[in-house]
Amino acid sequence: MPAPVRRLAAVALAAALLAGCRGDTPLAGEAKAGTATPAYGDTMIEASIGNVSSLIPNITSDVSSREVGDLMYNGLVTLGRDLEIVPELAKSWQFSQDCLTLDLQLREGVRWHDGKPFTADDVVFTYDAMMHPKTPSSYKADFDSVERVEATGPHSVRVTYKRPYARALLSWAMTMLPKHLLESYVKDGKIRDAPQNWTAPVGTGPYRFQEMKSGEKVVVVANPDYYKGRPHVSRIVYRIIPSQATIFLELKAGGVDVASLTALQYKRQTEYPAFEKAYRKYRYPSPGYTYFGFNLKDPRFADRRVRQAFAHAINRQELLDGVVMGLGREATGPFRPGHWANNPAIKGISYDPKKATALLAEAGWTKRNADGLLVKDGKPFVFELLTNQGNDERKKVAEIIQASLREIGVGVEIRILEWAALLKEHIRKRPVAFDSIILGWSTAADPDQFVVWHSSQQGPNELNSIGYASPEADALLEAGRTSCHQAERVKFYHRLHQVLADDQPVIFLYWRDALPAIATRIHGIHPGPAGLRWNFTDWFVPQHLHRYTAG
Amino acid sequence: MRAFWRAFSRNRLAIVGGVIVTCLALLAIMAPAIAPWDPNRPDVRKILDPPSGRHLLGTDQLGRDVLSRMLFGARVSLAVGFVSVGIAATIGILLGSAAGYHGGAVDASIMRVVDLMLVFPRFFLLLAVLAFLKPSIWTIMAVIGLTGWMGVARLVRAEFLALKEREFVVWSQSIGASASRIIWRHILPNAMAPVLVAMTLGIPAAILTESGLSFLGLGVQPPHATWGNILNEGKDAIELAWWLSVYPGLAILVTVLSYNLLGEGIRDALDPRLRQSAGRVVSRGR
Amino acid sequence: MLAYALRRLLLAIPLLIGITFISFVVIHLAPGDPVEVQTGDLSQQQSAKAYQALREMYELDKPLHVQYWKWLSRLVRLDFGKSFAPHGRPVLTMIAERLPITLLLNVVEMLIIVALAIPIGVLSATRQYSTFDKVTTIFVFVGFATPDFWLALLLMILFGVQLGWLPISGLRSLNWEYLTFWQQQVDFLSHLALPVLVATFGGLAGFSRYMRQSMLEVVRQDYIQSARAKGLAERVVIGKHALRNALLPIVTILGLSLPGLIGGSVIVEWIFAIPGMGQLMVQAAFERDYPVLMGNLVIVSSLTLFANLMADLAYSLVDPRIRVSRRRR
Repeated sequence: MPAPVRRLAAVALAAALLAGCRGDTPLAGEAKAGTATPAYGDTMIEASIGNVSSLIPNITSDVSSREVGDLMYNGLVTLGRDLEIVPELAKSWQFSQDCLTLDLQLREGVRWHDGKPFTADDVVFTYDAMMHPKTPSSYKADFDSVERVEATGPHSVRVTYKRPYARALLSWAMTMLPKHLLESYVKDGKIRDAPQNWTAPVGTGPYRFQEMKSGEKVVVVANPDYYKGRPHVSRIVYRIIPSQATIFLELKAGGVDVASLTALQYKRQTEYPAFEKAYRKYRYPSPGYTYFGFNLKDPRFADRRVRQAFAHAINRQELLDGVVMGLGREATGPFRPGHWANNPAIKGISYDPKKATALLAEAGWTKRNADGLLVKDGKPFVFELLTNQGNDERKKVAEIIQASLREIGVGVEIRILEWAALLKEHIRKRPVAFDSIILGWSTAADPDQFVVWHSSQQGPNELNSIGYASPEADALLEAGRTSCHQAERVKFYHRLHQVLADDQPVIFLYWRDALPAIATRIHGIHPGPAGLRWNFTDWFVPQHLHRYTAG
Repeated sequence: MRAFWRAFSRNRLAIVGGVIVTCLALLAIMAPAIAPWDPNRPDVRKILDPPSGRHLLGTDQLGRDVLSRMLFGARVSLAVGFVSVGIAATIGILLGSAAGYHGGAVDASIMRVVDLMLVFPRFFLLLAVLAFLKPSIWTIMAVIGLTGWMGVARLVRAEFLALKEREFVVWSQSIGASASRIIWRHILPNAMAPVLVAMTLGIPAAILTESGLSFLGLGVQPPHATWGNILNEGKDAIELAWWLSVYPGLAILVTVLSYNLLGEGIRDALDPRLRQSAGRVVSRGR
Repeated sequence: MLAYALRRLLLAIPLLIGITFISFVVIHLAPGDPVEVQTGDLSQQQSAKAYQALREMYELDKPLHVQYWKWLSRLVRLDFGKSFAPHGRPVLTMIAERLPITLLLNVVEMLIIVALAIPIGVLSATRQYSTFDKVTTIFVFVGFATPDFWLALLLMILFGVQLGWLPISGLRSLNWEYLTFWQQQVDFLSHLALPVLVATFGGLAGFSRYMRQSMLEVVRQDYIQSARAKGLAERVVIGKHALRNALLPIVTILGLSLPGLIGGSVIVEWIFAIPGMGQLMVQAAFERDYPVLMGNLVIVSSLTLFANLMADLAYSLVDPRIRVSRRRR
């Protein structure tokens, strides 16, 4: 960091410390954040571990590209603080009674970054582009039930569905692409060659692209013509730093304003005054859960009692403490705690090794060999547990489970595989080539999980790798997916939650907490079930706290 | 042989190196008997405890005793270091001496194989091998050895090219000694010097390579400890838990130094003896 | 001599083809493939259609030798192809972007190592077993045995966080565009200081040990004794006669490590967030980005074959013992 900026930061820090002693400072605590006057200006620096692979989010699948995409593009709808669907480029919408037609009315006066107006034609184009056979987008499945999309006016769109699709509305959170810039490329099947992809992305979003240096940073500046009004923070720099340890050091040295902390950093390395004055830590449940899955075609695991036994043998609190230092919560099913689809009546599985042993005995595992392992038909109960390399949490989960199962006489061999190899040679192979796995699912705002649990989804490139086939679950998944009335769907998903909790096709382990740290000079942050970013265009830095004033 | 021992025993540093290596090996062998705790059993109440009376070297991120893990890890690390470098050195010596001595087409083809191996992305070789074989200590040692012989081969070949023209070789050839006899008895002992240096550097390199492999998911599988993976796991808590980095680092350093002292001691003991005997052969010929 | 060089050069072409073919096959046969990686983030909305579209786009549905042939025919037109990553940029552009910084780091590191290792090696050899020798031995081995990432983090904490003298990561400060030319150079150098320091500290051991050992060998030779017997000053004996011969294997090693200059140190780049070749290749490996991997392979193999040829020629020119034998033949 160059000297003048550092000095400014030092002065600001010193002022904060002094002011903190007096107790009445605009920096102390979130409560005061709302009372500071919103100001325009300053730069916010974020850190990302992954590299940005494209500036058209529709054709990428990595997190960094999507985050940067969210800065520059809009969808027709988006998520509000409580995970409810709120208008974005579409100001209103109506479903027909049979859920087969969706009419959307678009905002008027919205412009692309190059000044051209955003119209219904762009919406139709975005749909056509994504479904074009030569467009390499991974998100086509979301539009599979669409029959056609047509512009019914310059600012209105009608989507007709082949069958009712619950995710219909949410699928229109997809980022909108400019027809006038991309049409020729898409038609030729060369969307990747468009300048939009790497050098000159044009969206309708709150920030405009300024520059990108591959592997180094992406810089975006505030869009003064944004339909919600110019965002307060003038510039966002997205720094690419592949090492979490380095990000943490940059945070401590003030080189980064927003970063995710690991559980260890959150709990034990950020509890000192200087850090707390400069950064505020947040904690909210992330939408991802970790699970212990089985190959349900393997006769040992096909028996429900074995899976339930394993569930009883694992001490959840120990798991949480060991893996995320307690910063998470137990998972009882695939729905986020607090989400409307989550059935709050379902309790977690108790830690009861005796019950585990009893269940295993019922399943025929009664004898033990010289090593203390259970045997049946002369074979000891030993199996492989696969997970992917590069994920420290999953490795620790595997180690704890290994120790827990050893206590009840079951042997586990851990095998950590490189991700691409794991995917291709074990998970996606048919028949599957694993005994058990530790992986995670990231859940969306919509609870539809048809592709994960339905018995029809066991094909080679489909996601039901564990081979779960329950007629009741199938019926509930279908029902939940084809209804567009939430009151109905709640009942289906609550029942599904119960079915999954009873069956334990996978052992649901825990939901990790997201642990971001944000510089205290940034105000306007209101955490909620959707996290922090739902209103990031309202974040601001009060005038007297501006740090990066150049440009 | 006796001359060798005499020369060697005069070198105090080399003896120190040898003693330390032997001690490490003994500690490793006796690990199951002397380790105070189960090295693989997590205990979440003791996560990242600093060194204390009960845990002399502290605990790791899952509450396991670091001293016990270091002892068991010594077995893997020392074995990996020794065996894989042994494999690499053997292959390197065989191919390098053949290339250097025979020259011509043999030399050219061997060197082209060396080029291929050097250019080849090791990652894919490792991936391919380890995908079809389960990653166990043996496969890892084999893989590190099979992908690390090129440097030794080149060194040996260079030495052979130079030594080939020395008088004692020419003399042996003229009295009809067979190629292999010449290679093994006369040239090789002289060529060993840089090879020994390479080996003493190779052993810690192999230890660190193993930790790099586990970083990629291709190394020794959890929960088994190696010095390399204790270091690796400790990097996320560097400021907090210095003991996870310092102790394995010290262990590796001590191993490096002692193997080096030992190796250079062996080289020095071999060197003057042969120089003497070579002189004798020449003078007899005159 | 010339005939030998020509022969080697001509042989290089089929050799290159052979190397690239074998590598191509192994890379494609290794488990995992790029389409799986791109459609495999398991976020529940992927589809079989996307999978098929991608496979066709990357021509992965064609037999292996056909794929290789297409790649080779593009290569002879110097078309290295486009990356499989969503940005689809030309491979050469990606490499050209990352190469300069890796080259710079490696060259600086090599220069510093050579500049330090030679004197250390020579002095250790001439003062064998002295305090200097023992201290430097321990010093270089500490450098060798210390894991790069550990040293890097330690230095970052000391110089970056505690003292605030040096930047922690990256290549440039954020306000780089607003600095004067000289300020920019200083800024750049300060960003490179720690990475270079970490890289050289680890690499010093190898060279200095080889130098020392080579020097030790040479010093015991007869011609050194005879030079001393002639009454020449020790400095001349060592500096002129011994050093030149001791440097031979070092020169060979240096020459042969030239192709390695374009490979970045993955750990240093990763920890310091430097966008170099090391990171590019590691990411390409994980994502199975075959065009990028093959592009790099071609460049490295050509350089390696060329460097080997040069080294062999230079060695036979410089080392009289080998030259003599050639004349005899």
